[in-house]
Amino acid sequence: MSVETTKQVSDEHPMEHLLRMDRIPHIWCSTCGLGTTVRALAEALEQLEIDHDKVAVVSGIGCTGRVAGYLKLDSFHTTHGRAVPFAMGLHIARPDMKVIVFSGDGDLVSIGGNHFIHTARRNIDITVICVNNFIYAMTGGQVAPTTPIRARSKTTPYGNYETPFNIPLLAASSGAVYVARWTALHVRRMAMSFAEAISKRGFSLVEVIAPCSTLYARLNKLGTGLSLMKFYHDNSEIRHGADLNDIAIDYQSKIVVGKFLDVEKPTYLDALNHHNAGIFGDKYKPYGGGNGSD
Amino acid sequence: MKADPQNVLTGAHYLDGNYAIAEGAIAAGCKFFAGYPITPSTEIAERVSRRFPLIGGIFVQMEDELASMAAILGASWGGKKSMSCTSGPGFSLMMENFGLGIMLETPCVLVNVQRGGPSTGLPTLPGQADMMQARWGSHGDYEVIALAPDSPQEGFELTIHAFNLSEKYRMPVLLMTDECVGHMTEKVIIPPPEEIELIERRYTDKKPGEAWPYQENELISPMLPVGEGYKFHITGLTHDYRGYPVINAEAQAENVDRLMAKVKENVDDLTWLEEKDVEDAEVVVVSYGISSRVVQPAIAKAREEGIKVGQIKMVTVWPFPEKRIRELAGKVKALIMVEMNYGQVYLEMDRCAAGRCETYICGHAGGTVHDPGSVYSTIKDAVK
Amino acid sequence: MAATEIRITGLGGQGVILCGYIIGKAASIYNEQHATLTQSFGPEARGSACSAQVIVSDQRVLYPYVTAPQILVAMSNDGYKKYKDTLAAESILVYEKDLVKPEGGGDGVRMFGIPATRFAEELGRKIVLNIVMLGFFGAVTDLMPVEALRKAVETSVPAGTEELNLKAFDEGYEYGVKLLEESKAST
Ligand code: SF4
Repeated sequence: MSVETTKQVSDEHPMEHLLRMDRIPHIWCSTCGLGTTVRALAEALEQLEIDHDKVAVVSGIGCTGRVAGYLKLDSFHTTHGRAVPFAMGLHIARPDMKVIVFSGDGDLVSIGGNHFIHTARRNIDITVICVNNFIYAMTGGQVAPTTPIRARSKTTPYGNYETPFNIPLLAASSGAVYVARWTALHVRRMAMSFAEAISKRGFSLVEVIAPCSTLYARLNKLGTGLSLMKFYHDNSEIRHGADLNDIAIDYQSKIVVGKFLDVEKPTYLDALNHHNAGIFGDKYKPYGGGNGSD
Repeated sequence: MKADPQNVLTGAHYLDGNYAIAEGAIAAGCKFFAGYPITPSTEIAERVSRRFPLIGGIFVQMEDELASMAAILGASWGGKKSMSCTSGPGFSLMMENFGLGIMLETPCVLVNVQRGGPSTGLPTLPGQADMMQARWGSHGDYEVIALAPDSPQEGFELTIHAFNLSEKYRMPVLLMTDECVGHMTEKVIIPPPEEIELIERRYTDKKPGEAWPYQENELISPMLPVGEGYKFHITGLTHDYRGYPVINAEAQAENVDRLMAKVKENVDDLTWLEEKDVEDAEVVVVSYGISSRVVQPAIAKAREEGIKVGQIKMVTVWPFPEKRIRELAGKVKALIMVEMNYGQVYLEMDRCAAGRCETYICGHAGGTVHDPGSVYSTIKDAVK
Repeated sequence: MAATEIRITGLGGQGVILCGYIIGKAASIYNEQHATLTQSFGPEARGSACSAQVIVSDQRVLYPYVTAPQILVAMSNDGYKKYKDTLAAESILVYEKDLVKPEGGGDGVRMFGIPATRFAEELGRKIVLNIVMLGFFGAVTDLMPVEALRKAVETSVPAGTEELNLKAFDEGYEYGVKLLEESKAST
C-alpha cells in the first residue's frame, strides 16, 4: 500500500523514479488494493534490470485504468475495453519494447473480452495485468463478469446469480503462454510473477485479486480493505500448476493462487516471420529484426 | 520528403477504387493496417495483406472494428503510419476510438467505403449517407477532416493526401468514398516515387524531461516518440498540455477549443474545391465523390440549353467550405446539393446560404448513383 | 466517338469479370481511351447469372453504369435472357453458340455466335472459354485494335498461362474474321 501515502512520505518513496510524483496524491481510496499492485509492478521492473525507457503501460477505463497515469513510463490511458488492441498496435509497431496492459476485470473481460481472447489466441507478446476486485468500481459498484455468485452490487441488490468468468482459465484456453493469479496480499510473489510475465515471450496474464474497500467490501458488509486482506491471508491457497477448471472463485471462499501455466509457443511475430520466410524465402526480411520480438 | 521507391508501383494500372486506395496508402508509407472484413471495403484490406509482407508492413485482421481502430492508434503512437478501412456498421463501431484518436491527436487514416444504411442496409450498393456520421459520429465536440474521391485515380491520390493531412494536423483523417468508386475499375496512373510528396511525422526536438505531449500555447505540437525516455502520458480524458487529466470546465474549454482550432484556423489550407463555369452561373450544383461526376452530363445538357449553371466539386467535404458558399449565396439564384442521401451536407450548405439564395437538395436513399435526369430536373426547377 | 456500353454476362466461374477487365484495360491502358468497369457484387454475383459492364469512350466516362448496351456478350442462356431486352437498337450480340439460344434478331441486332466452349476444350482447358470469346469479340466488333486486346490478355491472365490464353484469343479472333468474311461474301 505504498503509493497510498501523503505527499510528505512520497517524497522519500523508494520507487519515485517509476512514479509520476507530480500526480500524487492519486485518486484511489485508502486500503484499495491498487496501490499495492502498482508497487509490485514497480518492484518487478526494478528486479528485471531492463531499460525503463523501453517499457510502456496501456490502460483502459476504470479505477485500475488510472494506473497508466501514475507510472512514469510511456503510458497510455485509452478507451473502455480497448487497452489490449491499442497495446497490440503499439507492440507491433515497436516490438523492441515491453508493453504492459494494466486494467480491471470489467475492462478486460467484459467490454474488452473479445479483444482479450483474440489477443491471447494470436499470442501477441504483451503482458496483461488484470486487477480483479469483483465489481465495477469507477461507476459506483455494479455487477461485473467476475462478481461471485451471491455477492451484492448496486445492480444485483439481492445478490448475483450469473456465473462469473474464471479469468486464468479463459486466458489459458484462449492461448496465453503464462498465467498466474495472486492476491493483493502476495506482494512479493506478485512482483515475481510480474517480472516473469514481462520476460515471457508471448501473451502473459497475471490476475490480481484485490480489495475494493469502498464498494465491494462495503456493499457486501465485508469490512474494510484490511479485512479483505485478512480474508486473503486466511483463505488463499498456493497451488502452482493447479487444474484451471478447479480454481473458479466462489463468494467468500477459498482463493487458489499460484503460477498455473508457463509454456513455450511461437509469438504472433515469430509465427508471421516463420511463415513468411517459408513462403517468400530470401526476399522476406523478418519483421522487427531477428526473431521479430526481442 | 519523397515516397520510398519500394512502396510505389509506378505506371498505368487498371484498378478498382479499393485497390487504388490500398496503393495510395502503401505509397504514402503506411506500414500498419488493422481491419475487419466488411462489404464493400474489404478489397482494400485484401490488397494490403497481399502487398505488405515484402515491404515490411504488418496487416492484422482484427476481431472487430472496435479493436481495429484502437490498434491503428497504438501503432501510430509506436511510430508507424497506420490505417483501417470499413463500411456501414463497421464505421459505427469505429466511432468510439475515432474519438480517442481525435483526443490523443493521433495521425492515422480511416477509409469508409459507404454503402446504403441504416443498419445492415445495402452492403453491395452505394450510398453517401454517412457524411454526417463522419462529421459528428463520435460523441463530443470536435472537428474532422474528410475527403471524397470521385474515381479510383482520386482514391489513390486522396489517400496520400489524407496521410499527409493526418501528419500535418496530427489527427485521424477520413477518406469518405462509396461502393461505386470502390468497386469501379478505371485507369490509375501511379507516378514515380520522386513525384509523390509526403509529409513526415514531426517529432519534438526537445529532450526528455523538457517536452510534453501537447506543448503549451502550441496549436499543433510535435509528437513525442515512444521508447526514447520521454515517459509521457496521454489520456482520452480531458487533459492539460502535459497530457494529465484535468476534470473541470476550464481545462475542457482549453482542450476542446484547441482540438477544434486545429481545423477551424486552417480551413483555407484544408479546403479543396474544383469549380467549373461558376463565374457567370445563376445556379451552382454542389456535390462530392461519385455524385460530382454523375451531375456533369446534366450540367452539360442544361448549359447547352443556355441555362447558366456551374459546378463545385468538394474534394474536401469536412471542414465545409463555408466561406466560398457564403460568397456564392450572395451572387447566385440557387445552390443545388447533389448527394446520395436525403440532405446531409445540404444542411451545411443551406445554413451557409442563410436565405440569400434558394437551396435545393437533389438526393435519394442510396443504392445507386443519381440518374443525371433527376439532377437536370432539379436544375430546371431552380431556374424557373 | 460516343461511349460504347458493353455488358458481358455468363455464369459464375466462367471468367465474366476478367473478360470485362481485359476489355477495359485494353481500351484505357493500351488504346488511350477511357474505360470504366463495374460489376455486380454480393449474393447476385454468386448466383447463376453474373455480369460485368464496361463503358469505353474517347472522353472521360461520367455516368459509370451501363443502361442500354450496344454490345452484349453472352456466355450463358440465363444471362442472355436476363439482359437481351436491355440491348440498344442497332446493337451487337456476341454469344457462345452451344450455350446461348438467341431468339430472333429484332431491332436490327447483329448476332455473332462462336462455339467457344469447343475451342477451349480442344485447347485442353475449358477455362479459356472467356478468352476465346474475347478474341471473337475483338474480330466482330471494331471497338479497338486487336493488338490492344491481345496485350491486355497477356498482362491480365495468371503468370505462366499467357501462351495458352493468347492461343485461345487468336483462335477466337480468327474464327470471327472468317465469319465476317463469309457473311460479307453471302450478302
Ligand atoms: S472504488 Fe474500489 S477500486 Fe476504486 S479506488 Fe476505491 S477501493 Fe479502489
